[in-house]
Amino acid sequence: MNEQSPIIAAENVVEYLRAQEAKSMLRFLTCGSVDDGKSTLIGRLLYDTKLIFEDQLASLEADSRKHGTAGENIDFALLVDGLEAEREQGITIDVAYRFFATDKRKFIVADTPGHEEYTRNMATGASTADLAIVLIDSRQGVLRQTRRHSFIASLLGIRHIVLAVNKIDLMDYSKEVFDKIVADYMDFASDLGFKTITPIPMSARFGDNVTTKSEKTAWFDGPTLLEHLETVPIDAGNEKAPFRFPVQLVNRPNLNFRGFSGQIASGTVSVGDTVVVAKSGQSSTVKEIVVHGGNLERAVEGQAVTIALNDEIEVSRGNMLVAPSDRPHVADQMQAHIIWFDANPMIPGRSYILRTETDSVNCSITDLKYEIDVNTFAHEAAKSLEMNGVGVCNISLQSPIAFDAYKSNRVTGNFVIIDRFTNATLGAGMIDFPLRRAENVHWQATEVTKASRAEMKNQKPAVVWFTGFSGSGKSTIANALEKYLHVNGKHTYMLDGDNIRHGLNRDLGFKDEDRVENIRRVAEVAKLMSDAGLIVLVSFISPFRSERRMARDLMDDGEFIEVFVDTPLEECAKRDPKGLYAKAKAGEIANFTGISSPYEQPENPELHLHTVGHEPQELAMKIADFLTNR
Amino acid sequence: MSLSHLDRLEAEAIHIFREVAASFSNPVMLYSIGKDSSVMLHLAMKAFYPAKPPFPFLHVDTTWKFKEMIAFRDQMAKELGFELLVHINPDGVAENISPFDHGSNYHTHVMKTLGLRQALDKYGFDAAFGGARRDEEKSRAKERVFSFRNANHAWDPKGQRPEMWKTYNTRVNKGESIRVFPLSNWTELDIWQYILKENIPIVPLYYAAKRPVVERDGMLIMVDDERMKIEPNETVVEQMVRFRTLGCYPLTGAIESDADTLEKIVSEMLTARTSERQGRMIDKDEAGSMEKKKREGYF
Repeated sequence: MNEQSPIIAAENVVEYLRAQEAKSMLRFLTCGSVDDGKSTLIGRLLYDTKLIFEDQLASLEADSRKHGTAGENIDFALLVDGLEAEREQGITIDVAYRFFATDKRKFIVADTPGHEEYTRNMATGASTADLAIVLIDSRQGVLRQTRRHSFIASLLGIRHIVLAVNKIDLMDYSKEVFDKIVADYMDFASDLGFKTITPIPMSARFGDNVTTKSEKTAWFDGPTLLEHLETVPIDAGNEKAPFRFPVQLVNRPNLNFRGFSGQIASGTVSVGDTVVVAKSGQSSTVKEIVVHGGNLERAVEGQAVTIALNDEIEVSRGNMLVAPSDRPHVADQMQAHIIWFDANPMIPGRSYILRTETDSVNCSITDLKYEIDVNTFAHEAAKSLEMNGVGVCNISLQSPIAFDAYKSNRVTGNFVIIDRFTNATLGAGMIDFPLRRAENVHWQATEVTKASRAEMKNQKPAVVWFTGFSGSGKSTIANALEKYLHVNGKHTYMLDGDNIRHGLNRDLGFKDEDRVENIRRVAEVAKLMSDAGLIVLVSFISPFRSERRMARDLMDDGEFIEVFVDTPLEECAKRDPKGLYAKAKAGEIANFTGISSPYEQPENPELHLHTVGHEPQELAMKIADFLTNR
Repeated sequence: MSLSHLDRLEAEAIHIFREVAASFSNPVMLYSIGKDSSVMLHLAMKAFYPAKPPFPFLHVDTTWKFKEMIAFRDQMAKELGFELLVHINPDGVAENISPFDHGSNYHTHVMKTLGLRQALDKYGFDAAFGGARRDEEKSRAKERVFSFRNANHAWDPKGQRPEMWKTYNTRVNKGESIRVFPLSNWTELDIWQYILKENIPIVPLYYAAKRPVVERDGMLIMVDDERMKIEPNETVVEQMVRFRTLGCYPLTGAIESDADTLEKIVSEMLTARTSERQGRMIDKDEAGSMEKKKREGYF
């Protein structure tokens, strides 16, 4: 890309480039509601800083005639709206990154969408930005999206805001309009923890106060947008924070070298420094800081290096090397703010993957404490978190991770939530603090063990998990199996969906979040019973893969036996032993699996039983054989 | 001590290389021999030093690359000792595909897009590094650093995974893959600045020299071999030219230039008034053509 610069003779190039390199870099994003003119503003910045090439300008003029919304003028938004769907619909769908430089600074701009539906893409842009330009259409004033985006910017740790009061030309460059909007904004944004809020009256379309001061707003004595971007102090970064080095991989080219590769998240490190392995507490001293082209004596925040230690200690990916005097938290429970991105809501109790920069662990949300209304910032009770919702949650992890609070470290305090089946990125989180329970509750080691209890019963404990539609024959087969096992001297217990719902789970309904909790409780009970040495037969529709997976993960290896009782829906409806299908089809029962609520088939069940044309006893024997032979 | 802009870009790219090596079972680097690939290669060597990059380098050859590119490729592989895989679409060879006879669109689709898909399927790569930069083209500006592809190698621009911080989602199911772009945040100037600073070798075609060229459709096309037929109204002239980007020689326009040193190239670039992709025919075939190609699996 061309930089705004005079002609540089070849002999001066090296010197010129050195000066370029010394420039600081500011990452910012533009946000605000639909049609506030975000893309137009960036187009204008690129145009006024002479960063548009002749061929781009020619195609821009052609595009403006075809798709443009600016009449005879150039539609600058078309410079940045790059996807076909965006150009056709005249809206921004995804975040676009743009690059420009002035004599003072280099800039990376994230142009983010205004539609509420695409909030996830706005959050993507905000997660790496130092400053946010919040645009407001002078005719509209502060809108829902203004508040939402300001809130998300604050949540993601952005500390500098430019309030761009745009399209001021359409309000006759009125000072009153400007003052009113600024007052409205300050009214709610003053609590969001921003260090600076800089309001500027602007017309992106005509260039007023973007790069040059406008005569039409003579009453305004603040800076132009570009002046402000060039001079706003960038936070000193994390160099002064305690040393954090998340390990990406172990570098071991031969027997003589073992180093830990990563990018320093905060602080500095020098040869000879004592460092501690966060999760184990073991310590050593830095032997070498290795980079290609010569080792370093000292490395700082942001550098990608390989550290070799003086002692052979266990460190692997996901762990951290840290300062001994100021260590991160190591815990398996925490409180965090979560932004949800996915169309399927976040449901407490469901199992997800939690991914930090280098660590990955199974987790579940144990408690959604409250949801935050992004319009009023009020705390509201909620059972699940819908797409674009923000909530405060307690999270439980399968094993401990090392982390800091997000407000003290944006790198070591963040995570994303990933779906265990589709691998979609479902949400993002900012850690608040570890929960004490993680440190104080220890497992009671008992003298009489699971093994000794099972031995006394002369059996191997198991959880046989029957899943399938209502009326598929789960309970019938489970009954047959239990009779057979009992006759053969085995100790069993059956957990049946209908029976459990009369007692333990009588407080639960049939909504998705209740179904998840239903299964979680039953799985925990089954786990206690298998711990007691029993063979547990669980007969539950259990329609969702992720809950069955959660149940599987609770049990010891080889102990969970998933039995898919496969009966076609039409056949179940025909059998209809409890008359439920008739009612569901008549609309009398909501959320009925197979009719108005989904059933996700098992992908790899231990046993897949087709019931049509087979007797329950015959199928029960297949399971008995499986139990014997395992 | 605060890191410079370029130091930060370098560290960001190295971090990305390592994330892929640590999280994927079978990564590959797409090596296209151009200046961005040279920078990628250099960064890959740095990321794993003192070890070697733990993945092979794949060149999807179209049989129409400049001869000097192929020579440079083989020399680099020999000097640096990396594993080089070369794939040529056999169907295209059987069909005798030529950009002159079949047009740039069809040629690119068969030899590059389909060729790449064949190679990725053949070796079962689950992650592939590419050298694309967001400043190159409008649809690239929208792409993630870790860009998900379904089992058919297709890109869904409207359904991209949110990409927060540098906490990358590196998970894929069987058959799916990720294209990874470590140079996403680099500009053309950053690339040249880095080549100069690190003294990175590049194909000599980037430097001005006397070369035989023909003016065709407003572009200067270099006569690289005898497969190029000269029309009666055309004349081959020896001219001082160089290339801002490299690809298939019939599709890559040269610019008139005297810049025969890196310093002169940078100086020339700083005063350029056209973007670097202007010299590429394949971007101009139709509006939104890059996005369309990428949805089909082009890099």
